[in-house]
Amino acid sequence: MNDRLKDLLQKGPVAINIGVLDFAESLKNQDSEVIHLNWTPPAGGDPELIALLDQLL
Amino acid sequence: MITRCLIRKKEYYDSVFLMRVAKQIAGQRGILQAATLMGTEKNKVLLADIGFESVEISSATPNDLIIAIRAENETILSNTIENIDQWLNQGVGETGALSYRTIEEAVTHLPRFNLAVISVPGQYADREARKALEQGLNVFLFSDNVPVESELSLKEFAREKGLILMGPDCGTAIINGIGIGFANRVRRGPIGVIGSSGTGLQEFTTLVHRFGSGISHAIGTGGRDLSDQVGGITFLSAMDALESDRETKVIALLSKPPGSSALEKLIQKIQLCRKPVIACFLGLKYQPTHEPIGCKLVRTIDEAASLSVQLATGNLPSLSEKSQQKLEERIRQHRSGKKSEQKYIRGIFAGGTFCYQAQQILQDAGIFVHSNAPLQNNPKLKDPMHSTEHTLVDMGSDEFTVGRPHPMIDSGLRYERILTEAKDPQVSILLLDFILGFNASLDPAGELLPAIDEAISEAKKRGESLTVVASVCGTEQDPQDFNLQFKKLEGAGVFVFSNSAQAARFCGLLITGGS
Amino acid sequence: MATEDLKQKIETANAETVKQINAGDPVLVDIAPAGEVIPGLQDRMILHSGPPVDWQNMCGAQRGAMIGAVLFENWAANADEAQKLLEAGKVRFEPNHHHQAVGPMAGTISPSMPVWIVENRAFKNRAFCRQVEGRQQFGDFSDSALDGLRQWRNIWAPSLRKGLLQMGGLELKPIIAKALMMGDELHNRPVAASSLFANAMVCSMIEAGVGREDLLSTLYYITKHELLFLALSMAAGKASVDPAAGIEYSTVVTAMARNGTEFGIRVSGLGEEWFTAQSPRVNGLYFPGYTEKDAGADMGDSAITETAGWGGMVLAGATGILGFVGGTPEEAMTYSKEMRQITVAMSTNYRMPVFGFQGAPLGIDIRKVVQTGITPIIDTAIAHKNPGYSIIGAGLVRAPMDCFKKALIRFGQKYGAK
Repeated sequence: MNDRLKDLLQKGPVAINIGVLDFAESLKNQDSEVIHLNWTPPAGGDPELIALLDQLL
Repeated sequence: MITRCLIRKKEYYDSVFLMRVAKQIAGQRGILQAATLMGTEKNKVLLADIGFESVEISSATPNDLIIAIRAENETILSNTIENIDQWLNQGVGETGALSYRTIEEAVTHLPRFNLAVISVPGQYADREARKALEQGLNVFLFSDNVPVESELSLKEFAREKGLILMGPDCGTAIINGIGIGFANRVRRGPIGVIGSSGTGLQEFTTLVHRFGSGISHAIGTGGRDLSDQVGGITFLSAMDALESDRETKVIALLSKPPGSSALEKLIQKIQLCRKPVIACFLGLKYQPTHEPIGCKLVRTIDEAASLSVQLATGNLPSLSEKSQQKLEERIRQHRSGKKSEQKYIRGIFAGGTFCYQAQQILQDAGIFVHSNAPLQNNPKLKDPMHSTEHTLVDMGSDEFTVGRPHPMIDSGLRYERILTEAKDPQVSILLLDFILGFNASLDPAGELLPAIDEAISEAKKRGESLTVVASVCGTEQDPQDFNLQFKKLEGAGVFVFSNSAQAARFCGLLITGGS
Repeated sequence: MATEDLKQKIETANAETVKQINAGDPVLVDIAPAGEVIPGLQDRMILHSGPPVDWQNMCGAQRGAMIGAVLFENWAANADEAQKLLEAGKVRFEPNHHHQAVGPMAGTISPSMPVWIVENRAFKNRAFCRQVEGRQQFGDFSDSALDGLRQWRNIWAPSLRKGLLQMGGLELKPIIAKALMMGDELHNRPVAASSLFANAMVCSMIEAGVGREDLLSTLYYITKHELLFLALSMAAGKASVDPAAGIEYSTVVTAMARNGTEFGIRVSGLGEEWFTAQSPRVNGLYFPGYTEKDAGADMGDSAITETAGWGGMVLAGATGILGFVGGTPEEAMTYSKEMRQITVAMSTNYRMPVFGFQGAPLGIDIRKVVQTGITPIIDTAIAHKNPGYSIIGAGLVRAPMDCFKKALIRFGQKYGAK
């Protein structure tokens, strides 16, 4: 088991939230540390560019 | 004591900034004196005054940075000088909300993250989950529409890295008392649970809470984890995690029946597990007389919760929450005023697992219902929009939720469906579920009450009587408050249970006429 | 090549690219007629800003500036003749960037026009930039507009040159670093840098024996010209970034330039190829009498400042031009934070006090631009859409995403991505 998994179970989540903002809010309401990512579809959602990016970045 | 001077040519810094840097360096252990200055004539005189003089210093120009440090010993001095950029390149007191766009970026700035909660559209989910795993994060993957091949490869990658990937299509988890996704606020305690469905976990954890015990961790796996294709990778990792978790005394497993090879792996794991394991595989056709897999097998979620509490605490909680008298009174009430054509039950569910479990319970009572998500041997509803005879509809399934919010968040579709069912004179019983907790609608009972009222009065106008049975999944600590929701429904004449299996069993009684 | 291998090569190359830029040591060494110093600038040739363009596709302001340059060189007697000459293809056009040069707005550099010469002492390469003014470079070819160019050629440039040679060159790195502390971003707002430059020149010009009349005229010019230093930040940027061009596997942008018709970028690992898109509209504020209806599209080589890590990249520190960014410091901060998300590193030379003296965002990475959808933000001036006008406004513009997408696709082809 990875230390981060032990850490998760022993100390509780310290989360990065990607997607629905409400999930970050509900974690915050439980005093759980969380940051919400300002996520947008990579490369504007263009699948060819995403495939290219995955090889380059 | 040892002294050294360093010149960095053509590096300009603001003088106030340099004064701060010098102060910070001087504050380090073993540093006796530190000066960081631009090489002006005036500054050179200052340095000479405190005993820093060298050929380098005198050759420095106003555009060169002079670093002069006096330390207790060579190690401290060379360490400080080696790390000088750490002081010169520090950023302090950033203002304004930071906004990270990628997981890598966030992890670079705050390395203590241990979880990524991902709910991006399905086509991007694989990519983001993979990046999270690459960064060493566990993943709660709420997104659905992730191909099973992706699921397998993500889970293999997670296993390789010693991480856990909950999902895809994982709705619920409670880790160390913190609810993630659609989760309820429940007591902490000795019972760990692993479940393939979010509402299943919600029901289990709230019942454990209701029975007076609590949850160490509730780990979601996504609905396909125990398929042969995925092989239960997350179930197995979660069992390892719960087995080595000191808080957890008992482990409960909730799932639909596993695939045969996945089951084999699971059995091996259960047999080696040092903690008691209770399993509930909803939809298993028979009640096994013996326990071939080395653990306690139960039929329903409430039984799983009750047995878990018994094994963990020694006390067996009672499943029946209503007195026999009250139940009989209600059955009498139900029978009076029914017309002969009122024969059928219509279940309008927000929770898929509740719909599924209710089908199993009714089947055990000899009642076969139509459903858009049928249990084995039940007929599939031809048109999910139209009920026929006995029907239980899972309103959270894809045909209803594509491009619309889930019925746990928005009651709109269920509202309309209740009114539609109420127009059918053959309907006798309406079975509903109400799911509380984080991220669910803030007043699910209140939102459907007008529809329930209208349905009842509509039936009355026809000279019929409509029986409405409901279950509420939640706790008094939930944002919606279980007690408030419960009372709201009772006040409208709904027969309410805090346990969806009990609600279904009661409906079985009503239909078969048992007492 | 295995994906991880390729990624690693890119990371290494990008680190090397910003290391080269960070090592840059720009020094203003001379001012001399373009034709004498710019490699390949021939007679009857005018250099211009942006990627290559022909007369047919040239925007109004750049056409106006070309007419002005032809008249300045006395290749035609009047504007009509000049236009005919240009239409007939009797004057060759080439981009400044093909000649180690940069020019603001229309960017026209003709042979007899004195240019600032900046040498990067770390690599011994030179870069050239023409004088910054508010008229001819925007397309105004009137006689009074050209008078500014003539005074530059006849009085100011020679006087400044004497001072420069007297002092043996002027180091620009400290001036730029200080100016960033003083609220400049060195593109639309180089006020502090211009003052620091003027301070540095005065004594040397006197020591060099510049005559009283020329001295006074030149002092008036440099002490009142708030945008003077833009030419030097552009030349310093070009001199600093050029050694970082042509590094195999690097995804760092080494030039952004616009000709009012097209916006083009060059990428270190992709050599000299331009990746272009239509020049965007500038979101700006206008001088009385003008509106966005009059505006031409984005123009000029001045985005070399953003390429080098100034301008829009350090907007957060330039409180004086908050008016262009919506007015609040938070918005300006947001821009600089965004720019960090598309860059490889932070400058080790040039810092932003508002960010606790952290380095300016440096090295625009085409991968990050495409990934995040954030394109570089550029401060800029606005020219009229038709020939014959001076500056009409200023504002902000985003580089168009298409250039970065095209470059990324070419990168994938060149380096064997599947």
